[in-house]
Amino acid sequence: MALLEVKNLTTYYEILRGYVRAVEGVTFSVEKKEALGLAGESGCGKTTIALSLLRILPSSGRIMDGEIIIDNVNVVKLNEDKMRKDIRWKKISLVFQGAMNAMNPVYQVGEQIVEAIKIHESHVSKKEAHERAEKLFELVGLEPSRLSNYPFEFSGGMRQRAMIAMAIACNPALLIADEPGTALDVIVQTQVMKLLSELKEKLNMSMIMITHDLSLIADTCEKTAIMYAGHIVEFGDTISVFKKNLHPYTQGLVSSFPSIEGERSRIIAIPGSPPDLLDPPSGCRFHPRCPYAMTICRKERPPLIDVFKDHFVACHLIKMQEEKK
Amino acid sequence: MREKIVEATNLVKWFPLRTGLLSSLIKKELFVKAVDDINFDIYTGEIFGLAGESGSGKTTTGKLLIRLIEITGGKIVFKGDDITSLPEAKFKPLRRKLQIIFQDPYESLNPRMTINDIISEPLRVHGISDEREITKRMNRVLEDVKLTPPDEFLFRYPHELSGGQRQRVAVARAIILSPEFIVADEPVSMLDVSIRAEVLNLILELREKYNVSFLFITHDLALARHICDRIAIMYLGKIVEMGSTEDVIKDSLHPYTKALIKAVPVPDPTARRAEVVIKGEIPSPVNPPLGCHFHTRCPSYIGDICRTKEPPLKELKKKHYVACHLY
Repeated sequence: MALLEVKNLTTYYEILRGYVRAVEGVTFSVEKKEALGLAGESGCGKTTIALSLLRILPSSGRIMDGEIIIDNVNVVKLNEDKMRKDIRWKKISLVFQGAMNAMNPVYQVGEQIVEAIKIHESHVSKKEAHERAEKLFELVGLEPSRLSNYPFEFSGGMRQRAMIAMAIACNPALLIADEPGTALDVIVQTQVMKLLSELKEKLNMSMIMITHDLSLIADTCEKTAIMYAGHIVEFGDTISVFKKNLHPYTQGLVSSFPSIEGERSRIIAIPGSPPDLLDPPSGCRFHPRCPYAMTICRKERPPLIDVFKDHFVACHLIKMQEEKK
Repeated sequence: MREKIVEATNLVKWFPLRTGLLSSLIKKELFVKAVDDINFDIYTGEIFGLAGESGSGKTTTGKLLIRLIEITGGKIVFKGDDITSLPEAKFKPLRRKLQIIFQDPYESLNPRMTINDIISEPLRVHGISDEREITKRMNRVLEDVKLTPPDEFLFRYPHELSGGQRQRVAVARAIILSPEFIVADEPVSMLDVSIRAEVLNLILELREKYNVSFLFITHDLALARHICDRIAIMYLGKIVEMGSTEDVIKDSLHPYTKALIKAVPVPDPTARRAEVVIKGEIPSPVNPPLGCHFHTRCPSYIGDICRTKEPPLKELKKKHYVACHLY
């Protein structure tokens, strides 16, 4: 039984001109102790999925359809009170994007962590919460004495560590890290990624890592989901997705990534740019940029089909090839 | 031997730190030593990469070279002429030869100007006002940066374009005066991966077509490897290693370069894992460590000499320079 099952999740943002169809019919699962990498370009709906899982969408955002099941509880159906008491921070927690600005600048870092603990576990006394914060700081490799510092006294890497400490304060079963490495220098980024992987092992957590950087996923996640314009186009075992990728978008994405190893080659671009989700292309949303687009691609959305063991692809071309077999 | 287009000798830039009135009376003035005595040459038609972590002085170096900020010390020579202290009136005709592409195309284009105004402004600034000439040049550069057909873009505003298109507008603006040297300051770091390649390939094409030389500033070594001919690695205002791209990446000498390369993740789940060789983060450039700036984090620390004596940049192998006491 998977820890988290997301079925047909559809989240729209309502604006004056209509609906921004940010996430549409997305299905995936995360097993216990597993790390899933969610990759895609900006605006493809990665963060919207994270916000939907925690139900902290901005006021214009709405989950229109679908189920989010964690430990047999459907999060979509829960009332706000239950959500706060049982799910947020205890079952699912989030390391927000942009550690630089995610903390309140006028409160000490320690106070902010204590506050997070007190809100979600009201029986804990302030003193206990503070002791827990000290332990958390040690766990993420920060001096406990620095709990009384303000965010501006921390460097970027330290702030990201403090954000992680806050996110794991209530022992969540699932930790979502939204672009944990972006805005950090490469050495610090690697330190943070290493820390996340270690914590995942130590605390038996599952993890969803949201990033646009495929190499970070290759380095740390067992499963990979590739998103394009609100759809998951390829999903499966990381090695399989990187080595035997089938979707033309995944192939384009992988070949547009420079590597520091191997042959020095010219990087290949995917022509065009991602679509406007107010009025996304019909059928397969990738068809205007796809070199293999056929008539059916404009008409029907391709279903996510199982190609290899634990490796799913949503593409009409692959589907036809599979059917011929 | 190819010609040198830019020569930077003992380049220094210190920014004074603003302190309170009281502390400025008691203490001596403090400086951020952003660029601290660096030397390098860029050859005609070359893409010279400047890599390092944030705060290492890459952008400051770029801005110094084209005199966007005032130099504290040292000398900049452009095509044999010393431009370090050329008065503005004499420097202005040279400005058209020296251009820059900024990092963030969302902020470097004036939102209230049309693409037409943005790209033609450099021409007007430099006194080219013949409309036929302007149109001719506009069409040529729009073709060069592949914003075609021109009519579709000319009267739009930056917010109507995607990130990749905006950055191509920034490139068009930089090349309309037919420059000979362009500073490209992290030109793709704000762009999505799938469109980065377009802008990078555009830079390579411009070099081939017009023999423009580039200073390519980046924090991404994998990227630098794919586009640069030579690379210099900066750390706290100093160049610690410099050489051909393959030498610096495949055969790196400085412990910092080695650590940087090991920390770069590889987009292949079966390849090696990224490793953390060094601890901590880059120290403050206000009070950089004495001796070798890197000694506080260095995994190959060899003793007092690293703490006390600053290692000079020396040519260890042919055209491969390193500043480290190990060698």
